[in-house]
Amino acid sequence: MPALDITGVSKTYGEIHALEDVSLRVEDREYVCIIGPSGCGKSTLIRCISGIEQPSQGEIYVDGKSVKRTLIEDRQIGYVFQDIALFPHLTVRDNLAYGLVVRRTPTKETRTVTNEMLGLINLRDRSRSYPNELSGGAQQKVAVGRAIATGAHLFLLDEPLGALDAIVRAELRYELRKLASDLGLTVIHVTHDQEEALSIADRVVIMKSGRIIEVGSPAEIYHNPKTLFTANFVGEANLLEGRVANVENGLCTVDLGGHLLNLPIHRFKVGERVVIMIRPESVELTPQAEKGWIGTVKQVTFLGSLNRYVIDVGRINIISEVSTKEHSTGFGVGESVSLLLKEDSVTMFQYPEEGLEKEVALE
Amino acid sequence: MPPLRFVNVTKRFGKVLALERLSLDVSDGEYLCVLGPTGSGKTTLLKLMAGLLVPDEGSIYFDDDLVNDVNAQDRNAVYVPQRYALFPHLTVLQNVAFGPLARGKSASFSMEIASKTLDLVRLSSRAQALPNELSGGMQQRVALARGLASGARLLLLDEPLSAIDARLRLDLRHKIRDIVKQSGLTAIHVTHDQDEAMSVGDEVLILKNGRIRDSGHPRRVYRRPSGIFVTNLFGGASFFEGIVDNTVGETALVSARGLVIQAPSRMLTLTSPVVLAVRKERVRLSTNPPPDMDNVFEGEVRSIRFLGNSREYVIRLSNGDSIVSRNFAEGEPEFKVGDMILVSFREADVMAFEYPPQGLSKELEIA
Repeated sequence: MPALDITGVSKTYGEIHALEDVSLRVEDREYVCIIGPSGCGKSTLIRCISGIEQPSQGEIYVDGKSVKRTLIEDRQIGYVFQDIALFPHLTVRDNLAYGLVVRRTPTKETRTVTNEMLGLINLRDRSRSYPNELSGGAQQKVAVGRAIATGAHLFLLDEPLGALDAIVRAELRYELRKLASDLGLTVIHVTHDQEEALSIADRVVIMKSGRIIEVGSPAEIYHNPKTLFTANFVGEANLLEGRVANVENGLCTVDLGGHLLNLPIHRFKVGERVVIMIRPESVELTPQAEKGWIGTVKQVTFLGSLNRYVIDVGRINIISEVSTKEHSTGFGVGESVSLLLKEDSVTMFQYPEEGLEKEVALE
Repeated sequence: MPPLRFVNVTKRFGKVLALERLSLDVSDGEYLCVLGPTGSGKTTLLKLMAGLLVPDEGSIYFDDDLVNDVNAQDRNAVYVPQRYALFPHLTVLQNVAFGPLARGKSASFSMEIASKTLDLVRLSSRAQALPNELSGGMQQRVALARGLASGARLLLLDEPLSAIDARLRLDLRHKIRDIVKQSGLTAIHVTHDQDEAMSVGDEVLILKNGRIRDSGHPRRVYRRPSGIFVTNLFGGASFFEGIVDNTVGETALVSARGLVIQAPSRMLTLTSPVVLAVRKERVRLSTNPPPDMDNVFEGEVRSIRFLGNSREYVIRLSNGDSIVSRNFAEGEPEFKVGDMILVSFREADVMAFEYPPQGLSKELEIA
């Protein structure tokens, strides 16, 4: 039985369509991340699931039962926000116990559960601290622990790591994921951070303008996106405009403004306008050869584990990322290089009706 | 000649020491990124530069003139705050023209500069809009345009991208740098995001608890970080605690809870406790023993993290320590969770540090 079933949910505020016909099934114990640009409706969606907002249309089922007439406090849903909302006058232990005390749980049980939570979030030695004595990361762990202590199995996390420093955020996301797996929780985690979503989700949901436009595993979303918007939104992408010049023997020849590329892709016709997508790490660079696609290094950025190159190939720039794993010296600005696009890493799309720029716009 | 110099600058708020005897030089046209965790003193540093705070001790020079007591509006610097702080009742154009107007320029001159600057940030088409009609990314560009139009040569950017979605941030960070460079300005950009600092800074400066922990070109800081904290904050690594058992020529043999790790012997003394660090991308995984590797250990794959352009494997070694390997290869993961594999890295890729007086975990604490 799916833990959560959202069917045809719309939400309007006057003229504004915050959600339009959203349907999504989340399985028991699944960890789903929702990403999308500001204003895409991701927060509205989880507010509808929690009961803070009522959908204008559609139904939401938790464990097979419609929650339309269930009050917020009876939905058994854990909710954690970006803003860390702990009680400043209560210790860590008392914050964790709060939900249980409100529900009139016997004192002994409350103590047992609270002890367990302190262990789970690794803050046993801070049980007597007050929130302002803890780091932001530790405070957010208490907020998560408090939500878990209430016994809920479905968790809604709205940018739970958004207020934290980048490096703390990267560590805490794995802790959060492990906690969810260990306890068998079902989690819907909204984030604006693509890497966060890719690295911890079982499935990633991409939203844009109030709609779900794509759902898939992190690898599917990254390597085989179904839409240009997703291709551009999740990780960096080279989007190159071209036209199909020839189709023969299962090979499609694409003319990228003078440079021809042969791709093992079928479903396109000669003359069709297309956009091809290739990730920067799938563009290999070698010292300039006689043949092939030649470009000039325009910019080099050192990014620690990789070097990012902007290559000028005439009309357009192509971005290439090369691992610094081997002690290679890399290429310098002004150097000529040959580009090799790994063909099986190329995804091809029809040229969008409203133009490429509009299709991938983030704002 | 440096346009900006701090000499032993100290700033206290009550009993809290926000910056402690901090000295730095920023040269003309430089793009400096200041990186540090929350509470490290980044914003205090910017506000001292802007003239919004006065130092308790030390001297601040602009172009060799002491400016400790010079008001913010009389400095050749503009502070762009973290939240855009635009005037809600003024149009985008009026917001941008505000700086030159406030500095006593004529209305026509101010409007002309404002529209040129809006062009630069590609917002000419929204000149007549009110701030709340724009997205967060656009508002941030308006705030930047307002800073640029002020005519100040020193741009002080306080986490300019922190309120913006991650994907847009990637585009904007390059755009901001391009604009600063095109305009020939000097910029100080404060951030807690190491990727951002690495990708836009000509130089980076790393702060912790009000003190400079390291500064220099990003590549240098990454390759030869000054210490454990900087290694962890700027790129991250796997860390091992050990004791120097023996040195053979250039090689030190460090025993780390049962493993013997080869490290460069430079700066290490016998029997002293040390911390070793290895960057993720320098750690290789294989099933067969790799050639030319100085350090080879058996380990178990504990988890695999997909990051889009790469995968990280967390491996548990036989002594219980973890090591992380970052791989840029495409396709299916080479190994599964639970697989026993070989982990290897070169001696030259091992960084060695003196054991910190307060312990390793304290040194790795971010905030």
